[in-house]
Amino acid sequence: MNVMWIQLLLVVGVITVGLFLARPTGGDSHLALRRLFMAAFVIVAILSILFPQWLSWLANLIGVGRGADLLLYALVLAFLVFVATTYRRNVATNRKLTLLARQITLAQAATEDSASIHRPHEGTSNDDAAH
Amino acid sequence: MDPGTVGKLIAFCNNGQMQVPAPEPATDPRRHAADTWVVIPLYNEISVIARVVGELAAYFDHIVCIDDGSADGSAASAEAAGARVLRHPINLGQGAALQTGFEYVVGRNEADYIVTFDADGQHRVEDALEMLDLAKSQDLAIVFGSRFLDDRTDPGWLKRVMLKTVVWVTNLTTGLRLTDAHNGLRVIRADAARAIHLEQDRMAHATEIVLKLGRTKLPWREYPVELLYTDYSRAKGQSVLNSVNILVDLLVR
Repeated sequence: MNVMWIQLLLVVGVITVGLFLARPTGGDSHLALRRLFMAAFVIVAILSILFPQWLSWLANLIGVGRGADLLLYALVLAFLVFVATTYRRNVATNRKLTLLARQITLAQAATEDSASIHRPHEGTSNDDAAH
Repeated sequence: MDPGTVGKLIAFCNNGQMQVPAPEPATDPRRHAADTWVVIPLYNEISVIARVVGELAAYFDHIVCIDDGSADGSAASAEAAGARVLRHPINLGQGAALQTGFEYVVGRNEADYIVTFDADGQHRVEDALEMLDLAKSQDLAIVFGSRFLDDRTDPGWLKRVMLKTVVWVTNLTTGLRLTDAHNGLRVIRADAARAIHLEQDRMAHATEIVLKLGRTKLPWREYPVELLYTDYSRAKGQSVLNSVNILVDLLVR
């Protein structure tokens, strides 16, 4: 029965990561979640350094043999979260890069177009250059 | 309108997917030259692009190539053949190139229709002209080319399975019922082009374009076209593995 707990936690964790991947991009709430996650990570890390037996106690509580095993599971989940957030950020960055490159292309095209419109005028009114 | 044409139109309307479109063959080869802009995404096609642009130039006044960071001089070749060439500073992908082309053409406000055309020479210009005839005669906003409405095109069984899978996913996600999703030959009216913004930079844009054009609720049809599979276009075409990329791009955003 105890084994169920860690299985439940891990499965829910993995599904959450999957849903997070498919969710439309959220801006600031996304950043806030990352920061909360980091804060929790730091607190848990300090706690487990100061009270190593605490980790084993928690592990036993949710059906994992040793604290080290629990650490490994947590690491796997954290890695999945990392992969998911990195992928999303990569997509967002590429999106911006595309828009930037398109603006450059269109701006250059507009310059060329206006140049080709004005060129005939230069031919007819050469005295413009004399001013 | 003579009875023959009416009969064809009725057959067409009843059919929906239509097999016998054949608008009356207009004689003037340059009948679409003034109001239509051809948009060609261009990436490393030096060996064929000059011929493709040259062929199109016989029928169209406005040909825009979006050079997507080619490294082989395709851009200069297209320019020499008479195309207006826009240059992406870096390679972004075919979908991004199409969107750049749409924004350029729509921004100039001179085009009534946009034709998207592949740079590798696998489309027939005659098909594009007939699709424009159809769009204008029936007031359609979008005409998709389809290679599966008749049996002129034989892509080979593996590619057929792959393309049919992508069509199936496309129909599933878009709610339209197409027979061919990844066909680069399309006619898009200016108002439809103005209404869509492609965000899929890579090949998944072909499904995205169907999805977004479908959402505009503007009238559309498919039109049977032939794809000229040469050894060159076969070698350049999408690999089967790439369809995995397309599916992932569509499902994971």
